[in-house]
Amino acid sequence: MNAVHVRIPGLLRSYTEGAERVDLALSGPALLGDGLAELDARFPGLRFRVVDEQGKIRPHIKMFVNAVQARDLATPLPPGAELMIVGALSGG
Amino acid sequence: MATARSRRSPKPTASRVTLLIATRKGLWVLASDATRREWKLAGPHFLGHIVHHAMIDPREPRTMLAAARTGHLGPTVFRSTDRGRTWKEAARPPAFTPESGRSVDHTFWLTPGLASQPGVWYAGSSPQGLFRSDDGGVTWSGVDGFNDHPQRKAWCGGDQDQTPDGGKLHSVLIDPRNPRRMYVSMSSGGTFESTDGGADWHPLNKGVKADFLPTPDPEFGHDPHCVRMSPANPDRLYQQNHCGIFRLDRPATRWIDIGGGMPKAVGSIGFPVVLHPRDADTLWVFPMDGSSVWPRTSPGGKPAVFRSTNGGRTWQRQAKGFPAAQGWWTVKRQAMSIDRFDGVGLYFGTTSGEVWASRDEGASWRPIARHLPEIYAVEAE
Repeated sequence: MNAVHVRIPGLLRSYTEGAERVDLALSGPALLGDGLAELDARFPGLRFRVVDEQGKIRPHIKMFVNAVQARDLATPLPPGAELMIVGALSGG
Repeated sequence: MATARSRRSPKPTASRVTLLIATRKGLWVLASDATRREWKLAGPHFLGHIVHHAMIDPREPRTMLAAARTGHLGPTVFRSTDRGRTWKEAARPPAFTPESGRSVDHTFWLTPGLASQPGVWYAGSSPQGLFRSDDGGVTWSGVDGFNDHPQRKAWCGGDQDQTPDGGKLHSVLIDPRNPRRMYVSMSSGGTFESTDGGADWHPLNKGVKADFLPTPDPEFGHDPHCVRMSPANPDRLYQQNHCGIFRLDRPATRWIDIGGGMPKAVGSIGFPVVLHPRDADTLWVFPMDGSSVWPRTSPGGKPAVFRSTNGGRTWQRQAKGFPAAQGWWTVKRQAMSIDRFDGVGLYFGTTSGEVWASRDEGASWRPIARHLPEIYAVEAE
């Protein structure tokens, strides 16, 4: 079992009923894409707000795995990893 | 210039009017009774969301759809079945196929199907795509006949051909006599027709100016800003284009330039056009300055609506109640709407966050909301 701890930003808490942290139980070695699929299964619609239909992380969304920025969904999620999702919005 | 087919339709018996005000920072609702004297503002819904368009379903007026995204979160569609008290997100929002290589940046336009098409909605996206829902907006699928059309790429052009925040598919029109006949328009791209319910499409732009292209009277590549079908005569289309105002009377395929009667100092450039619900010869536009570097503000800082009652042959200025000077308004293509009362009400929203209303067919105007965010769309129902 691969436990991944997700920090949910305020902009996505309407999906998680306000939860700031969500723990995922993934089976075996997992990638960021697997973690987001599990997150979407529990909180339907969340994935499409942060990943487009081409599987790309949206332009003003950043994801960090153990504090290192993940550029694509093939980034490994090691056991016990912390996944941080951030909305990077600027301007008026 | 008016055709014999123009006619007046029966008047409705509505008792209230609701305006959905879609803005860059959320959705507001203005409501009034049939007198349209007092307005109540409610909202915001989706504060902080960019709401490009919101529509009340005329088939079941308790239902509303709103196309929204934020600066960081991707595009989706929200649906309410209790007049906006509660909202639920689409289970499958409009999205291109993985094989297409394209991604929806935002859903730009929403059109409900006909009364004979319960649950049907169409959506236009940026970049240009056409989507359909058969379950009231819960799940959406691409209209493959358009999105995968062999000519789509040629019709839509490249990045340099698009409006500043991306090319858009808008003005999805369905012939109420035959839902297999549809029209869509694109900025850029032009207007296109389907006669088989969306399986195939062809350009419908002859006669429309495109003075930013080197070819005279090109087949496509135009920039229609807003195209409407007359509720009183579905054979009649009007469009406010980047290059003027045009009318098409089907089955003709050549648009007629009807902007020549506008005052020279005002010109015929603008974004919205709205049509009288019962008189196919009456329409309104909100001209904007399309000279030099395209300020897109009221010409000379003197806001005015222009009305024609003869299909565009002549135009009358309507500005009673507007500032006489220093009014530098911009009204976007979805931000002007009309109700169906006797003595129709007209409404528009400005990018400076004001909503103006007329309850005497444009003869006089007053503000009914101020201090809102930048207004993208106003829809009356």
